[in-house]
Amino acid sequence: MNVPGERPILEARGLTRRFGGLVAVNNFSFSVHEDAIHGLIGPNGAGKTTTFNVISGFYAPTAGRVLFRGLDISGRKTSALAAMGLVRTFQGSTLFQEFSVLDNVRVGRHLGARAGFLSRLIGTDRISEREADAKARETLAFFGLEELAGEPVSNLPHGHQRMLGMAVALAAEPKVLLLDEPFTGMNPEETRRMMALVRRIRDRGVTIMLVEHDMQAVMNLCDIITVMNFGALLVEGAPEAVRNDPAVIEAYLGSTDGAGHAS
Amino acid sequence: MQAAGTGGLVRRTAWRLRLVFLFAMLAALPYLLSYSQQEIAVLLVINVLLVCSYRLLTLTGEWSLGHVVIMGVGAYASALLAKQFGVPVPLSMLLGGCMAAATAALLSFPLFRMKGFYFLIGSFAAGEIIRLIWKRFTDPFGGPKGLKRIDPFPDIEASFLSVDFYEPVNYYFLALAVVSVSLFVLYRIERSRIGLTFHAIHWQDRLAESVGVDTFRYRTLAFVIASFFAGIAGGLYAHYVGAVNPTRFSVDQMVYVLVWAIVGGTATFHGPILGVVVLTVINEIVLRALGLDTARPLIYGAILILSVLYLPNGLESLGPRLQARWRRWRGGPAAAGREPA
Ligand SMILES: Nc1ncnc2c1ncn2[C@@H]1O[C@H](COP(=O)(O)OP(=O)(O)OP(=O)(O)O)[C@@H](O)[C@H]1O
Ligand SMILES: [Mg+2]
Repeated sequence: MNVPGERPILEARGLTRRFGGLVAVNNFSFSVHEDAIHGLIGPNGAGKTTTFNVISGFYAPTAGRVLFRGLDISGRKTSALAAMGLVRTFQGSTLFQEFSVLDNVRVGRHLGARAGFLSRLIGTDRISEREADAKARETLAFFGLEELAGEPVSNLPHGHQRMLGMAVALAAEPKVLLLDEPFTGMNPEETRRMMALVRRIRDRGVTIMLVEHDMQAVMNLCDIITVMNFGALLVEGAPEAVRNDPAVIEAYLGSTDGAGHAS
Repeated sequence: MQAAGTGGLVRRTAWRLRLVFLFAMLAALPYLLSYSQQEIAVLLVINVLLVCSYRLLTLTGEWSLGHVVIMGVGAYASALLAKQFGVPVPLSMLLGGCMAAATAALLSFPLFRMKGFYFLIGSFAAGEIIRLIWKRFTDPFGGPKGLKRIDPFPDIEASFLSVDFYEPVNYYFLALAVVSVSLFVLYRIERSRIGLTFHAIHWQDRLAESVGVDTFRYRTLAFVIASFFAGIAGGLYAHYVGAVNPTRFSVDQMVYVLVWAIVGGTATFHGPILGVVVLTVINEIVLRALGLDTARPLIYGAILILSVLYLPNGLESLGPRLQARWRRWRGGPAAAGREPA
């Protein structure tokens, strides 16, 4: 299972996104292979989050295309993409802060817990809801959060909130999971646990693309790494190759606060 | 498990007893009121449905200024169906609700391109356009004067039973029945996954969308359901009062709905009901008795400001707060008594 498949499951071709005069993503192409853990790195402001936002349908691309399993999905609605199996997480803690931990994951089960309007009204959705509930608890247990199911999210420490964000996404049963800085704000112990979990998610058959500034984690975890700078592709390759690439070192040293990341 | 089971049963029974008690009170209420107060009670019951349906829309985080106009759509549609096409009144009310829902479905296309403040203004503009149509087209809407002599709710004439709905008491019970069923439906919707999804969209629409919630569809759904019940409220109103006109559904009336919702609080299902009941009692009984009728907007404004300042979570938060204070007060002296002197 550790060898990525040959077929690209997610592709970007000449992807461009402008904000007024600013070109946040510039003619950017990559392909993510099935069952891979694919890293996307670059200095602050390189356009990583914007790339995720375009792939996941939050922004339409200004130019270029996104292909999911060979199908052109550029400009489709985020919710429709989630239904196809493309789900993303957010940089920072984006959760339903007012809900309990369990209810967060229950919302994540939205697509799995289908029922008609009338059956919701008269309560015959009980079977599918019980199933959704069980799945949600199972997902929480996977992240070791089952004890906290009844807690309000706002009581959770930051590291647990990051995990919960991933649990919500995983509850949607994605084929491709886009993780935006999953390890930020975690201590080394939490990071190690999360890395193991990411591997386990991949071993369940979920392809992963992740943006991360923790270079050690990225180098350890990823099968392949794409480096972007100023919105465009800089280098792509295996971790060792990327680590020693002079262009990459230059890009990180050259950016004001990126120094040291590539050490 | 056993304890939890019995606890649940006890709680459910307590709930049912409370409901039975509430309905007994509501059934006795009109007989304690004067004729004019009975008329007010009918309108109050209708307004309860109006403000509760409004709350359902606010669950998704959007506040509309067009809700009273949507109620008017139901009122006009039901009145016209009965007057011009001879549709029997109970059916026309239902169709009035459907008309209001259809209007909302249509309006959601332009309106849900906007959020927050822009949605608020957009809904106001949409409402004004509808009111303009009522004013402009004398046929069939009756222009600024509106519709008069709207068919009343048909009397029930059976051998053993005869109910005349001109009587406010009887119309009160009719409205109470319709509104109770409607509130039950609204409550069920909120407690189901649909309600959870509405809340999710309110708090974090990007996250909801990323796990597959079609936020546009769900916002539309909330708007359509809320509008259906507002339309039902409109039908109940039209066939009770017998006349509707564009002014009755102006933004002034919408402000009252907002005040009821805000003063009552929108976090719980019963908050807006508390708001409309308390403010109507203050308005109709206290103000009228004191002859302060003309100062109504002033006093409503003052109540709104006071409640926002001192009860930011609405009247609904008063109960738990008083309870906590009572417990502290009761626990206080007792605890002090146990202290060695
Ligand atoms: N909605 C937007 N409107 C205007 N400019 C934007 C918008 N979103 C991003 N940008 C700009 O696009 C550029 C790329 O931003 P992006 O968030 O994609 O970077 P990033 O690689 O994720 O950075 P970081 O590592 O700091 O998260 C930045 O200059 C940013 O200011
Ligand atoms: Mg970013």
